[in-house]
Amino acid sequence: MKKLLMGNEAIAYGALHAGVRVAAGYPGTPSTEILETLAKIHDGSVYLEWSVNEKSALEIAAGAAYAGARAMVTMKQVGLNVASDPLMSLNYVGVKGGLVIVAADDPGPISSQTEQDTRHFAQFAKMALFDPSTPEEAYAMTADAFAFSEKYGQPVLLRPATRVCHSRADVELAAPLRVSAPEGFVKDPRWVIFPRLTFANHIRLEQKLVEMSEEFSRYPKNYVTGGGTLGIAAGGVSYAYVNEALQNLGVSCKLLKVSSYPFPRDLALAFLDGLEEALVIEELDPVIEMELLRLMGSAGQSLGRSSGVKIKGKLTGHTANAGENSPESVSAAVASFLKLNAAPSQPERLARPPDVPARPPILCAGCPHRASFLAVKEAADNAVFCGDIGCYTLGNAKPLDMVDTCLCMGAGITVAQGLHRVEPHKTHFAFIGDSTFFHSGIPGIINAVYNQTDIIVAVLDNATTAMTGGQPHPGTGKTLTGSSPPIDIGKILEAIGVTDIVRADPLDHAAAKAAVTKVLPLTGVRAILFASPCAAKIKKPIYAVDAEKCRSCEICVAKLGCPALTMQNGKADIQRALCAGCGLCGQICPFHAIGGAL
Amino acid sequence: MSSALNIMIAGIGGQGIVLASKIIAQAALARGLHVRTAETIGMAQRGGSVASHVRIGNEIHSPLIPRGTARVLLAFEPAEAIRHFPYLSADGAVIVCDMAIQPTADAYSVDAALSFLKENVRHLKIISGAALRRAMESVKTANMIMNMIMLGAASECGALPFSADELAAAIRALLPEKYWGINISAICAGRKACHD
Repeated sequence: MKKLLMGNEAIAYGALHAGVRVAAGYPGTPSTEILETLAKIHDGSVYLEWSVNEKSALEIAAGAAYAGARAMVTMKQVGLNVASDPLMSLNYVGVKGGLVIVAADDPGPISSQTEQDTRHFAQFAKMALFDPSTPEEAYAMTADAFAFSEKYGQPVLLRPATRVCHSRADVELAAPLRVSAPEGFVKDPRWVIFPRLTFANHIRLEQKLVEMSEEFSRYPKNYVTGGGTLGIAAGGVSYAYVNEALQNLGVSCKLLKVSSYPFPRDLALAFLDGLEEALVIEELDPVIEMELLRLMGSAGQSLGRSSGVKIKGKLTGHTANAGENSPESVSAAVASFLKLNAAPSQPERLARPPDVPARPPILCAGCPHRASFLAVKEAADNAVFCGDIGCYTLGNAKPLDMVDTCLCMGAGITVAQGLHRVEPHKTHFAFIGDSTFFHSGIPGIINAVYNQTDIIVAVLDNATTAMTGGQPHPGTGKTLTGSSPPIDIGKILEAIGVTDIVRADPLDHAAAKAAVTKVLPLTGVRAILFASPCAAKIKKPIYAVDAEKCRSCEICVAKLGCPALTMQNGKADIQRALCAGCGLCGQICPFHAIGGAL
Repeated sequence: MSSALNIMIAGIGGQGIVLASKIIAQAALARGLHVRTAETIGMAQRGGSVASHVRIGNEIHSPLIPRGTARVLLAFEPAEAIRHFPYLSADGAVIVCDMAIQPTADAYSVDAALSFLKENVRHLKIISGAALRRAMESVKTANMIMNMIMLGAASECGALPFSADELAAAIRALLPEKYWGINISAICAGRKACHD
């Protein structure tokens, strides 16, 4: 049966059809839809959860795999950094049930802090990795990855990138596998990592990597096609761009498709044999390129060419070493490599369209974060504002301009402490969202209390994980599949020892400002809990401008940066289709010209 | 040169671009055609510029449309039509809604954008904001069905190779039953808006 599936949905179907029993993860673009899809399509046979963070998720999946169940964990690439502690050790312990770790990479980056390449993590952790080029491959490789993991008794990485995760195709679905019930956990010294065990397993692991490389040379999704003295090696979605380019250019050449780590050494040797030059097309880091260079170094002479095969790619400047590939960039690189003119499919246009201003993502109309930022800005303009990861990172845009630092999940809390140690005379705010608070904010706040740092923690609680589309977290009372008593952020702060905690509705502008003013002169760790639900989740009556009363001062437009507010014919105007009814503009208008409409 | 039918859908996060591309892809699948799409999901959805690439045909590899090869550009906003114009093929069709949403940081001239399209696109259909609002009122709802109105208009003016019935079938295949009525009515309202 063919079904229209996004890559992430295909991975969910692949896992379900491969008999996954336990799946956990933390939301992160471009990986989020995998677990959401599993929650929609499973028949009750799978335990599913949004974990508080990626480290917890991986450890939960590891436990399930120790007990013999097939388990999966999903995250974005930077989530793998958080999960890297269990990741690095787990491979020395191994698993019993198949364990597939899905880490979605984001070339560009389109929605991430880094352009890191998870293939390096596979090399670093000495772990097998599957790298699909299409949603169809993502579906098939998920099942392959489970089987591979069980065969070798090792966890396996699956690394789709954005253009696979968020690309749809008609995917042919196979019949679900019948997987026998898990054997259960069997007590054994193998599950306890000790230096002696690590050494013994390291030796086995190195041997397994050799065997895996041999198996991957025979794996049907690694292959060589075509012939000639010029060859192109590619992996991921770039392989699709290469085929698109060759089709448009009307040529063919020798091709190596690489879909795995360990590198399929024997297959790559067959590719290099007889070549004069090879071009490598891949996104993020030159991983395939380095492997080919390494092969040339160790086996170049056996290829029968004294001069060796010239390897072109990122290291030689033939392809870009940062950013996302595109059909155009790959077509240009391929045409130049094959000494052809650029693809005929890109005619030079005579007409050049007028410039239009960039339209970056912004806080939604009615977003309570805008109100929280405005309250703090007006009450404490000279402070330093440490931001964090979430929708509220968008508070950096003008006119709010309220994010002075942003590093990684939870770092706002701790970076603020470091800044304060150097400049104790300044006021340091740390903004953190509710989901990020549970993910990795709590240890940083404990650190601040323990080490007696003067910072103000502003929790922006919109009762959801908003940036990734509204997933539940421990404070919401909901789980991925059901409900759970909500965990109160204020009570956690109290328990930690934060003595000055004020709560405010950010959309009550005067009260929100008063809350900031109250904690400002105090010392130690103080907290403001700004609580108001995400504007995407609620509908309120919208607002309108009374043109008679509007004095064209533009204060509302200049202060708020709200997408629903613009100046039209010299007067402030609210676009009805965009207004979410937060009422903040009505509260800051000095002439009371904005009020609830309808 | 690729024989794929490339359709670019451009707009602003929140206008329902992803669902619009899904409906077209599902209609293609129902006809037994091979389809690939690429969508903007995540950070860029927050009021930012977004585009969906839909490619239909047998020999498609890339999910992204190569520049200069889109046979149809369906733009929900004039500036987004201009931004994605380089994807359009020389004889491609543009269906654009003239209701502007000005970027917060900087305003642009809607007139200049529309005149450029009038001068440079042979197959141009402008859906007026007034026609759009009438269509919305006829379905008795606000912004959330703009995507279906635009699909209905594109189908009616011949830019999409799928009939309103095929789009309705795709809606029924993809959405829960409670959303069928409103979305299918919006497709019909869009067909009218095309002649408005």
